Amino acid sequence: MDFNFTEEQGMVRDGLSRLVREQYGFEERGKAIASTEGWRPEVWAQLAELGILGMPFSEADGGFGGGAVDAMVIMEEFGKGLVIEPFLPTVVCAGGFLKHGGTAAQKEEHIGGIVAGSAVFAFAYAEPKGRYDYADLETTAKKDGSGYVLNGHKAVVIGAPWASHLIVTARTGGERRDRSGVSVFVIAKDTAGVTTRDYVTVDGRRASEVYFENAAVGAEALIGAEGEGLALIELVTDEAIAALCAEACGAMKVAHAMTVEYSRQRKQFGVPIGSFQVLQHRMVDMYTAYEQAVSLTYLATLRLGSEDVERKKAVSAAKVGVGQAARLIGQEAVQIHGGNGVTDEYAIGHYFKRLTIFDSEFGNVDHHLKRHVALS
Amino acid sequence: MNLEFTPEEQAFREEVRTFIAENYPKHLADFGMREDMAREDFIAWHKVLGAKGWSVPAWPVEYGGTGWTPTQRYIWSEENARVNALMPLPFGVSMVGPVIYTFGNAEQKARHLPGIRSGEVWWCQGYSEPGAGSDLASLKTTAVRDGDHYVINGQKTWTTLAQHADWGFFLCRTDPTAKAQEGISFILVDMKTPGVEVKPIKLLDGGYEVNETWLTDVRVPVENLVGVENKGWTYAKFLLAHERSGIAGVARSKRGVEKLREIATHETLDGAPLIKDFDFAKKVSQLEIDLAALEITELRTLAGEQAGKGPGPESSILKIKGTEIQQRLTELTLEAVGTYSAPYMGGVSNDNGSNEHPVGPDYAAHAAATYFNMRKTSIYGGSNEIQRNIITKMILGL
Repeated sequence: MDFNFTEEQGMVRDGLSRLVREQYGFEERGKAIASTEGWRPEVWAQLAELGILGMPFSEADGGFGGGAVDAMVIMEEFGKGLVIEPFLPTVVCAGGFLKHGGTAAQKEEHIGGIVAGSAVFAFAYAEPKGRYDYADLETTAKKDGSGYVLNGHKAVVIGAPWASHLIVTARTGGERRDRSGVSVFVIAKDTAGVTTRDYVTVDGRRASEVYFENAAVGAEALIGAEGEGLALIELVTDEAIAALCAEACGAMKVAHAMTVEYSRQRKQFGVPIGSFQVLQHRMVDMYTAYEQAVSLTYLATLRLGSEDVERKKAVSAAKVGVGQAARLIGQEAVQIHGGNGVTDEYAIGHYFKRLTIFDSEFGNVDHHLKRHVALS
Repeated sequence: MNLEFTPEEQAFREEVRTFIAENYPKHLADFGMREDMAREDFIAWHKVLGAKGWSVPAWPVEYGGTGWTPTQRYIWSEENARVNALMPLPFGVSMVGPVIYTFGNAEQKARHLPGIRSGEVWWCQGYSEPGAGSDLASLKTTAVRDGDHYVINGQKTWTTLAQHADWGFFLCRTDPTAKAQEGISFILVDMKTPGVEVKPIKLLDGGYEVNETWLTDVRVPVENLVGVENKGWTYAKFLLAHERSGIAGVARSKRGVEKLREIATHETLDGAPLIKDFDFAKKVSQLEIDLAALEITELRTLAGEQAGKGPGPESSILKIKGTEIQQRLTELTLEAVGTYSAPYMGGVSNDNGSNEHPVGPDYAAHAAATYFNMRKTSIYGGSNEIQRNIITKMILGL
């Protein structure tokens, strides 16, 4: 049992922390969000240069031999600066599908681009009526010769406007919600028959509704065995949840620190509001919730390689606990900031927004509490 | 970073599991805590462990500690929780022991530490007073120097299990003119000294776990002062931090959740086991999730201690979350047993009814008493509100 980070992980943390502090201030972030592109490709290029985009890939696959703990360290730093660049969909999700399910040829074709920063991915799993059930799919992929033809509508595909490629889940057989018959595809976004409606998300990212109308792909687009994709999706989304939890921890840490600092500066009744016990104890409860969230994030991250039930329980526990902490800390931070907390001008509201949307990604608190019960 | 046990640690687990199976007193197996049981029952396991050299694992090796790593101590507590073992009481092992080996002189160490290790000497804690609870520093019990003695006068309360105690450690005011925290001394008192009077207090569960302790012209030799006169508050705070770090009770709560699941399998709702009811199962899962978080938080704290950090203000988190979870566990058990929570079967700590066959299922007999009893946990050891004050000051810096 060991809770220490390696020297290399410490260096990654320090390097990223510096990058976020020096180049990812609140104002720069706001400008990027308001720009036409909506993100900062030059930061992405820098992340590639620093080796961040290749960190969780094995050396054999062209990466730097890191793993889930490295992804956790990286995501936590991104969370602290509310970084919007699509590390999660590209490196954790697409990277995860390629690592765990990709053929040698698929790895060869895509991982190099991810590591170099030239290929950007989005993960199209959600559907308008599917909620958090990865098997509740209306999107279909029908066999056509050696390839497939895709039809359907994918919802809120984070990072899709910036993506060169999509990972898409679709039904190749079985009935809606069946565990079998689910397949995973990797396709170029400019494939004929793929259209998008792009928009801004409330937490400053970009996303798309993605429509497939007789989009034809070759056999090489299929990741893993046809109809057997659900277990792979569950594994990769569990990895994504652990990474997201780390991001939320970073954001919670900063939101809490900002709130404590604000309570030190802000005076009412002639004294700093931080001298009021009613606020002190609420900030302590925020701190405690944060520490418990960090612990659950460690647990989920360190259990990603465990057998199925243990892994799923740990990940669901984290999504529940971190989700509850994110709700508490976000709301309390705004409350203690008073009127300033609900303005666009103060950074705290933007942390609140990110922490709010976190809950809806890959299953909310209720969903994961249900999954935990089912596994118990 | 990893959560795996090494082969050495797994071998250690086998070793302690075997030792517990072979040596834990049979008549106390899965007995649970009954505060008013025989004195000998309380210390039976402590004596076995003392003889083995395992009664004070966390102490420095030179004073009889085992030198176990935090992971080994965690394994040890898990294995004891598996059989619901009655562990050595904290008053000697976790409270006064560390104060004596840290701040005491050579004579005090030689005189007192062996009895704490072996379980032969029973200690009690004289901190709270009727007028000094959360505001402990306002305590009024005085110790006045008279030649080679202190003469102690005052009243202490909530002195846990003082009815069995051989010795007590008392906070007394030695300088009435100093500011609240600065005139307090830490004094060891032989409970058989004339003028010491212990009166039990009946609690909600019907048991007699705590006492009022009166001290009237109690003459104590000056060599019973620990450390420096008027510096007792420092030692008291040190002790409280030690007390808090073991207070999380993670291993025991894990065992408690298993028991709760067993109970909820026997109890029925709409013709199906209660545990199949989603509303109830959800509460159990939430409890398990909070407990999983606490377990990792405790392990992180232990790892920090191994890296040379003493139990710091983070232990306040363990106290708050640990006691909340212990209480929620008893609350869910109470809910699980349903109507059979009502019959009074004698308290957790009351021997009046313990031989009677319970009216309902065995597991229901003490559910209410335990629930009532465990309300103490968020009040003692520095109430959970005081813990929040500590975190405010020490961690948030407000």
